[in-house]
Amino acid sequence: MKHKVNHKLLQLRNLKKYYPVTTGLFSRHVGDIKAVDGVTLDIRESEIVGLVGESGCGKSTLARTIPRLEEPTAGKIIYHGKDIARLNKKALNEVRREIQLIFQDPDASLDPRMTVGDSIGEPLVIHHIGDSRERADRVAELMKQVGLEAGQTGMYPHEFSGGQKQRVGIARSLAMNPRLIIADEPVSALDVSIQAQILNLLMDIREEFGLAYLFIAHDLSVIRHMANRVAIMYLGKIVELADKNDLFDNPLHPYTEALLSAIPSFKPKDRKRILLHGDVPSPLNPPPGCHFNPRCHRVMPICNQVEPILKEVAQSHLVSCHLYK
Amino acid sequence: MLISVKDLKTYFFTHRGTVKAVNGVDFELRQGECLCLVGESGCGKTVTALSILRLFDSPPGKIVGGEINYNDLDLAKCSSKQLRQIRGKDIAIVFQEAQSALNPVLTIGDQITEQIKVHMPLDRNQIRDRAVSLLTDMGIPSAETVMSYYPHQLSGGMKQRALIAMSLSCDPQILIADEPTTAVDVTIKAQILDIFRELKTKRRMSTIFITHDLAVVSEIGDRAVVMYGGKDVETAPVPELIVSPKHPYTVGLINCLPDMSKSGDRLTSIPGTTPNPVDLPSGCTFHPRCPRAMKICSQEEPSKTTISAGHYVSCHLYT
Repeated sequence: MKHKVNHKLLQLRNLKKYYPVTTGLFSRHVGDIKAVDGVTLDIRESEIVGLVGESGCGKSTLARTIPRLEEPTAGKIIYHGKDIARLNKKALNEVRREIQLIFQDPDASLDPRMTVGDSIGEPLVIHHIGDSRERADRVAELMKQVGLEAGQTGMYPHEFSGGQKQRVGIARSLAMNPRLIIADEPVSALDVSIQAQILNLLMDIREEFGLAYLFIAHDLSVIRHMANRVAIMYLGKIVELADKNDLFDNPLHPYTEALLSAIPSFKPKDRKRILLHGDVPSPLNPPPGCHFNPRCHRVMPICNQVEPILKEVAQSHLVSCHLYK
Repeated sequence: MLISVKDLKTYFFTHRGTVKAVNGVDFELRQGECLCLVGESGCGKTVTALSILRLFDSPPGKIVGGEINYNDLDLAKCSSKQLRQIRGKDIAIVFQEAQSALNPVLTIGDQITEQIKVHMPLDRNQIRDRAVSLLTDMGIPSAETVMSYYPHQLSGGMKQRALIAMSLSCDPQILIADEPTTAVDVTIKAQILDIFRELKTKRRMSTIFITHDLAVVSEIGDRAVVMYGGKDVETAPVPELIVSPKHPYTVGLINCLPDMSKSGDRLTSIPGTTPNPVDLPSGCTFHPRCPRAMKICSQEEPSKTTISAGHYVSCHLYT
């Protein structure tokens, strides 16, 4: 990679997002769904961090908590030295210009009654940038950058295909010249041939503008293609974090091992499959000790008693598992 | 040979025009094999499967041509009464989204036993025992309790397994699975693929497996039919299809996958989008997106060419 990948852009420190569970007439507080439960993660300038996990592991909640679309319960979100979690509304608005989201389902994230030009230009209106003339020029420029034609400005989302709609979503996220894009499963709703187009586009944009991505996906082959570093998330916690090649060639956490072995591949014969039994447990009532212990194929007596912590076991390879001292 | 589909055409007559969802598909299913129908959304793979059991609304849908031969019976033309005897009993189907395929207001037990009641001469206790043992076979723990659960009480993987148990309830000869692994996580996907593998080895089940994922095809398929624009464009044994694909569309589909072995480079994508089934391109429906299109491709529809035994392709490059 020719980018300078060193300066820290975003630092998450022990970030938590709990949803209270209440019951009865007086909304008695009976517990918490710990969707994000103490995540510490850095994203450097121009870096792509891949975030992987099964549904319900909290990866989308994490994505939404960073720009405070969800209020964090505890922890710090430090962006350029400022803690987003403690900013007032005005300062938060400033920061949100630089952190943009791309959502999974372009059908749900675009307003069906707004033309795509209006959708792409809406961030400019919200942040009072330029007059209507300048905004129209900027929209046309953005559409060209993502491979749409300026003539399509007046069209509505239903006139576009899935891939084109996702391009509109990407154009909108670029409108404010962001530094960090949080892409929440940007290609999982698309056909394979279209998926390749969008992944290429995301790579091109990143080359051109030097953006950092937090790239969320459940498809490990997509993550391997895109990311510089990869974080594996299980029940609200990051269980392993390492450079891409390190993680894929030498997975340490048993969960990562199982995930990697579960990927369907063109050469199914030459590998041993670790079949995980059961499903992800409920985040309302996670198992004691290591949350993964009931499904783990290398479980030890300590695992259901003591919760492991995320620690560095090799050069920039962090894992949270009792197997590694 | 169990089922042979010949030149099947299923159209939907809508106010926006005729949707030629399936527009001339040929394939056959042999005893004990897993045949995969592969293609992107809108290529007609699901409608092909639904046509076998005529499980679409009519109108607007109609089988306008072709044959579906099964046991001396043409399923495309037989009466709905005859078809009702076959549905669920001889040919069963597993739908894509377990969430929407299950009835949210009936218990899992109610839904599994419903089909057994219709097709099998058993009493209440036998029916119940059968349902419990089916659920247990699918690896559902404490199946007795699960019988009284409603779908929302089960996780995604459990729902998908309950659905597979349901489709197997009357010992069908043929199982049609419509993207059973699409909406689930990788670890659950691996579990479900294992179930299908086991069905093949233990019960010699003949399966039509619909998917868009070529990696899944290479894991469980014996033969595959690649579909595009309502037609089968290439049919081959799976290993041969993966190693030496012939149709430019199949080549594109394989190349555009982010492969686990290489990374960082640009992906080779197929330009453009899948065609609108109301207004299919002339000649070969793939020609507007084809990197090797020739003059003839927009004028004449290619016919099937045999590459080797069991490997057919419809492309002007090979005629």
